[in-house]
Amino acid sequence: MTYFCGIDIGASAAKLVIVDRQRQVVARAIRRSGIDYAATAEQCLEEALAAAGIDRGQIAGSLATGYGRDNVPWTELRMTEIACHGRGAFHHFPEVITVIDVGAQDSKVIHLDQRGRRTSFKMNRKCAAGTGAFLDEIALRLAVDVADLNALAERSTNDVALGSFCTVFAATEILEKIRTGHRVEDIVKGAFRSVVKRLVEMDSVDGTLVMTGGVIAHNRLLAKLVGEAFGTPARIPPDPQYIGAFGAALFAIEHTEKGDT
Amino acid sequence: MSSASERKDFESTKKMKGVMFKYFTELENGPAQGKKTAWCTSVGPAELLRALGFNVYFPENHGAMLGATRMATDLIPLANARGFSPDICSYLTSDVGSYLKGESPLQKMKLSGPPKADVLVFNTNQCRDVKDWFQFYAREWDVPCIGVHTPRSIGDVSDSIIDDVARQIEGLVEPLEQVAGEKLDPKKLREVVDLSRQCTELWKAVLQAAVNVPSPLTFFDGTIQMGPAVVLRGHVDAIEYYRGLVDELQQRIADGVAAVEDETHRIYWEGMPVWGKLSGLSGLFMQLKTSVVASTYCNSWIFDDLDPDDPYKSMARAYSSIFICRSEDAKQKYIEEMAERYGIDGILYHDAKTCPNNSNNRYQLPQRLQAKLDKPYLVINGDLNDLRLYSEEQTKTNIEAFVEQLAET
Repeated sequence: MTYFCGIDIGASAAKLVIVDRQRQVVARAIRRSGIDYAATAEQCLEEALAAAGIDRGQIAGSLATGYGRDNVPWTELRMTEIACHGRGAFHHFPEVITVIDVGAQDSKVIHLDQRGRRTSFKMNRKCAAGTGAFLDEIALRLAVDVADLNALAERSTNDVALGSFCTVFAATEILEKIRTGHRVEDIVKGAFRSVVKRLVEMDSVDGTLVMTGGVIAHNRLLAKLVGEAFGTPARIPPDPQYIGAFGAALFAIEHTEKGDT
Repeated sequence: MSSASERKDFESTKKMKGVMFKYFTELENGPAQGKKTAWCTSVGPAELLRALGFNVYFPENHGAMLGATRMATDLIPLANARGFSPDICSYLTSDVGSYLKGESPLQKMKLSGPPKADVLVFNTNQCRDVKDWFQFYAREWDVPCIGVHTPRSIGDVSDSIIDDVARQIEGLVEPLEQVAGEKLDPKKLREVVDLSRQCTELWKAVLQAAVNVPSPLTFFDGTIQMGPAVVLRGHVDAIEYYRGLVDELQQRIADGVAAVEDETHRIYWEGMPVWGKLSGLSGLFMQLKTSVVASTYCNSWIFDDLDPDDPYKSMARAYSSIFICRSEDAKQKYIEEMAERYGIDGILYHDAKTCPNNSNNRYQLPQRLQAKLDKPYLVINGDLNDLRLYSEEQTKTNIEAFVEQLAET
């Protein structure tokens, strides 16, 4: 039996997915991207192969995406994370969709038509606003674990508005909020709303809103707030953090069937 | 980098180095030979200055050199520290930084640096920053700074605008004569305008060679080849240079030589070049089999309206018709025509942080053109000279994703 592999080496995490020819996920792996992308890619592959109980020789095609896409030694095929997130999301929602991917270092808005063809896309500017890096900084300032942000925000009873998109200025604002006695839960929700405001100004939404990426995987309240802001519920595919890698695996199937190496 | 991503040099380029070296050497030696030096904005009244016998220096060309050599990013902070904001024109700030530090790319050509001006002559058709830039040096050297204030956001280039600008150019004659120490010879002015006109026609022929499929040159070639069209218009050297280049381009077309091997997509570049990244971007597009065939920027030194029989009014019309000082509707119409002429598949807009006047994605132009042309667009964030405002990885991903999108359509 043959399988296909997609790997998404992002700014923070490397995600790998192995699928079968029927496009069913048979194994996944995730690690911090670290500083040696090639080694991380190898470790992810070994882990996923072991989990699936298959040999490397059974991988008929692989494709890499993400910031580290050029550093994966075992595949020549690579596409951008824009393409792969779109492809992965469209597999689960085969209709006119707008994909908003919130990653560690950048956010993307990707528009696909009813055939899954991209009609436009936008990435955030050279700025951490509206990304995971913003929430990382907020968690640091509040001395809370980034994994606890969603639960904290869920307990918020009063929104605290943060006026600045700028991560540094927002952190300064947070110090002021702490000093004036605001609850941590309310400040965290304020940070979520800051991310939402940045996403809303990036682009509009056509069709179904689909959200992907590690930030959404760990902060479902954020997706709910984004949906409210756009006036349409945000749909979240299975394993949203792996959607880029999953899309890469789907492209690997297509390339292999076309005879690309 | 593989050969597939190496730009194909033109034979003519070797000659251009000589042409430009001669130009800069004449500027350097001018004072010793009793020649006066006039600084001129790149779309200023250069013909008038040449006709009055000035050696004409264009600091925007120096700004581009500072960018292309990547000296700018280290020099800009020096100007910032003297009160020039990091948000204003990075040609200005890098040039002022160069002056303050006494470092210039011209020194690599064994020249001492930019020549000191006897007079500075601006035209605000591009932006206000050029005037502010020149006024800094006017204060430094206690020399006159005079110029033309062209209206902005011009729709139809009406007779009233032409009359106004032509009168302003004529008004420069007397103060310039005082600096030059000689009277303007109207015949000489007509001759210079005629030479500029010839240069323009040849430069236009160079750029329009890119109409051919595959294109024999790219925007990146254009940014290198445009030097003489900017600094030597009105001079016979530019004409001779471009005659050779046009011949070389025609030969490329006859031989089927493409600037980008296996040209698959054709893109229009709107906005300033990212001077410090020309080579990398050129290589990236070549790898993606995408030819950036045309740009507003390189075409901004085509002055069809120049007419030796009516020098003042024709200069006024030519310099008030350039893209940058036109209305949004006029800009849209211009790009629509360019997209049609060059058979483009998509438009890339460079949003240059310090150049709002030449960042044309900020008032919905991309959206309007996409609706009209049904061609996708991409906006990249960066700057002409300040590489602190440029993200290599984000730009690469954006461009690769854009070409993926073009392949889907």
